[in-house]
Order: sequence, then structure tokens, then C-alpha cells
Amino acid sequence: MLKITNLEKSYTKGAPVLKGLNLTTDERRLTAIIGSSGAGKSTLLRCINRLVKADSGSIELDGTDILSLSGRALQDSRRQIGMIFQAYNLVDRLTVMENVLSGRLGYTGFFRGVFRKFPQEDVDRAYALLKRVGLSQYVNKRCDALSGGERQRVGCARALMQNPRILLADEPTASLDPKTSERIMELIAGITEELDLPVLINLHNVPQATTYADRILGLRHGVMIFDGNPDELTEDWLEQIYAGHEDDLKKQMKVGAAEYDDE
Amino acid sequence: MSTGNNGTTLTDMARPDHYQWFRFTRLQRMVRSISYILVVALMYWALSTVNIFWPWVWSAPAQIGDMMFRMFPPSLVQLNPILYALVESINIAFLGTLIAIILALPVAYFGAQTVTPNAITLWFARLIIVGTRSVDTLVWALIFVAIFGPGSFAGIMAVAFHSIGFLSKLIAEAIEEIDWGPIEALEAVGASRAHVIAYGIVPQVVPSFCAISILRWDINIRESTVLGLVGAGGIGLIFQGAIDLFQWNTVSMVLIVIVGVVFSGELITSMVRRKLI
Repeated sequence: MLKITNLEKSYTKGAPVLKGLNLTTDERRLTAIIGSSGAGKSTLLRCINRLVKADSGSIELDGTDILSLSGRALQDSRRQIGMIFQAYNLVDRLTVMENVLSGRLGYTGFFRGVFRKFPQEDVDRAYALLKRVGLSQYVNKRCDALSGGERQRVGCARALMQNPRILLADEPTASLDPKTSERIMELIAGITEELDLPVLINLHNVPQATTYADRILGLRHGVMIFDGNPDELTEDWLEQIYAGHEDDLKKQMKVGAAEYDDE
Repeated sequence: MSTGNNGTTLTDMARPDHYQWFRFTRLQRMVRSISYILVVALMYWALSTVNIFWPWVWSAPAQIGDMMFRMFPPSLVQLNPILYALVESINIAFLGTLIAIILALPVAYFGAQTVTPNAITLWFARLIIVGTRSVDTLVWALIFVAIFGPGSFAGIMAVAFHSIGFLSKLIAEAIEEIDWGPIEALEAVGASRAHVIAYGIVPQVVPSFCAISILRWDINIRESTVLGLVGAGGIGLIFQGAIDLFQWNTVSMVLIVIVGVVFSGELITSMVRRKLI
């Protein structure tokens, strides 16, 4: 169970990005976080796995406060948190298999990692995941030879390779074309259901959020102002969440509409 | 109808108004004139201090002609020792470059601002980079000949030490330019620092690393040919000996062989470069 209390973070003094944010997820379901650019969505996710260090508050994963950890203990906690990135963040010059197996590095000794001698069960799991995301034929292909959608599939496989306790996804579809973006959302939604995994996903695209998420959080200026089911997210709420950024909202709604025209 | 004019037309060009136009302002012109004078003065001062004996300069064309005459034809008598010394030179370059690469890798890591652990390691690495680089290979050779005695070992160490700074500076720059996304992703999976280096930094730096190492190897082949001048082994030793004994036909043979090896070195390194990158 992930429990965030009173989380605060500012990059420059006097301009907080997160202002005492509270959030609890324990149910195994897909939670989408929406909000305009600069609302603090990415910062929130990156605080959870400590890519960004929060200023104060607490982030408890199964009772361990991640904020107080360092060194080996922090690595151990990070192993339990999978993350999918907007820019995929794969090592381009390594193969698909190497990238997927790198998800196990937190569990692997130095020499085994460096010489690519992963335990048999890890290799088996990697093959199974690649089969699930539909990339079995690319096992030994270098990642820079893949398309955007394929790269994100590798990103998903790498995150799942960790056998994570929770999955974070930071705008996983924002760099993709509408059709591919839809395929990736289906994949993430499918996987999380099959693995019974709680997912926190930042989305730029409101229709995608309402289509795939079981729960929607509206973030505005570092404060959670909406928390509810997709059908509770009315026009009124959207206007409040995106107040001052109406163009942003309109653009996102339109992107969504265009997608459905395509299908 | 609009002609797009603002009250004047080109028919007025017959009797245009007068304007004064200068590319530079008065101050700029003054500064420029003064700088010209300064450069000329500096040149005069420089020439007056270096103590050139002009009659020797004027007789240079005759000397060159004379030397050419004495150098021709290149002598094959000493070809065997020359080729043997040449192989030594090439091996000095190879071993020196290899040792430099091994020593430069940690220096590069600590000298890269984005990955170095703290300010002290960065400062220390930069000290090594500047220190080794600013001392020329020949000067290193003099030092190592004094320490290890004359011979190729001093040459190898000289090549290695001068190359450390060059290699680590360029590799450090390559490290600073890597894409940070994969590094974050590896940190996020809970990988250790060593694994982040092996999976995130090394693969991204490999192409630059190869290009830089080959470039240095290429430079070192050329540098190794003169190391013998200070007694640090290789073909320079024969070169120096031949000049001392006025064996100009051997000198020209050595020069031909050096040009040959530098040229083929260029060919080989560019071939390897194309294969690797």
C-alpha cells in the first residue's frame, strides 16, 4: 500500500510545486493523474521513487518511509517500484533483451550484471514478458532500431521485469501518435489487470484517462482537488482542474476526439 | 493607388540628400588603428629579442640544396636496423596508448562534472588532466629517461603520461554529453552505481571512446618517432645518430620510412575507425 502524506517539494525557493499533497492507493487498480502542465504530476511520481527528493512529508510503501532511505535500502525500495517514462529512457545501443533484463539489476550481483549472466528464471521471465508485449521477434535487436511504440513496449517489459509492487507511468503515451498511444494504454491497462498491480499514471489526454482509469485524480498547482470515478469527472471539474489553462484542455480533448474518429 | 512610398520616390535620386556614413564610430576607428600599431610594435620587439643570425637565414636555400644533394640517394645499408627501430617506435606508441587508456578511464569518470562523486574528486581529476597534458611528450621522455634510464620503457611511459590528459578530458566530455534518461531509468529499477555505469554510461560512451582512442593512437605513432632524440627508444635514436655522423643518406632513408609509417598509420586508423563506429 502506498500512502503519501503532506508531501511538499519546491525546486526554487518560494515556488512550491507540491503543496502538502495527500494520496493513498491500496486497491489494485489504475489511477490516472490529470492536470495542466506544471501542476506537479511528474514531480509527484518522481518523488515516489526518489528520482526527485521531496522536501517534507512522507511516502510510505508497505509501511517503509521511502523519504528517509538511502544507499542499499533505497535501492531495495526502488526495486519494488516500476516506472514507465514518456521518453522510454531505454539504453539505445543495447539490445531489447539487455534493456528488459536491466529491470532485474536491483536483484543481480555486480559480475552477473556486467557479464550478462542473469539467472535462468530472469531470462525466462524476460522472454515471457516480451511475448506478452508482442516483441518476441526483436529479442536481439538494438533498441535504436525500434519504433516509438515498440520502444515503449520494451519500457513496459523492463518495468514489469522488476516484479514491482506498484507501477508508475509518467505520460507513457505523450510521445506517440494517437493510434500507437491507444495500443500502449490498452497494453498497460491489460497488464495491470493480469498482474493485479496498482498503477499510478500521469496522463495528458483526458479521454484516455476516463476510458482506461478506475480512479481519477485532478492535480492543480500542487494540490489534489479532484479524487473520484471517471463518471464523476464532470465538465465543471475539468474546468476547475484546467482553470487558466483552457487551451491546454481544449487541445487534449481534441486529440482524444481525433483518435476516436480514426478507429 | 499605393506605391508603397513614404513621401519620397526614386525620381528624387537625381538630386539626392547628403548623408555622412561610416562603418565604424570614431572611437572604434581609433581603437582599430592603435591595435594595428600595437601588433607591428609587438612583432618588432619579438624579432629583436629572438636573436636571429641573418646571414645564416639568407644562406638557407644554398644549404637546403646542398643537403638534398648529400641525402640522395637514400642509403639501404642501414635498412635492417632502421626497420627494427621502426617496429620499436610503433610498439612504443601502441603500449603507451594502451597504458594511457587504462589510466585515463577512472580519471575521465571523476573528471566528468555530471557523474563525479564530489568537488574534491572533480578537482583532483582536473589537476591530473591539466598536469599531464601541459607537459609535452618529449619533456616527459626526458624525465623518464632520467628515472628509468634510456630505452623504450621511458618512451612508453612518456607517451602514456602525455596521453592521459588528452584521453581523459575528451572521454569526460563524452560522459557529460550522454542522454540522462536511461541513467534515471536504471536508478529507478534499483540498480547499483556500478551497474548504472556498466549499463547506462558505458554503452553510450563507447563510440566516442573508440574514436578518441584511435585518434590518440594515431598521434602517438607520430610522436614516438621523435622520442629517440632524447634517448627514449625507437627510430629517433638512429635518426639522431645518423645526423651526428653526417650520414645524410641514412637520414633521408629514416625520413622516408617515418613518412611511410605515418601515412600507413593514418590509413589503418581511419579503416579501424570506420569499422568500429
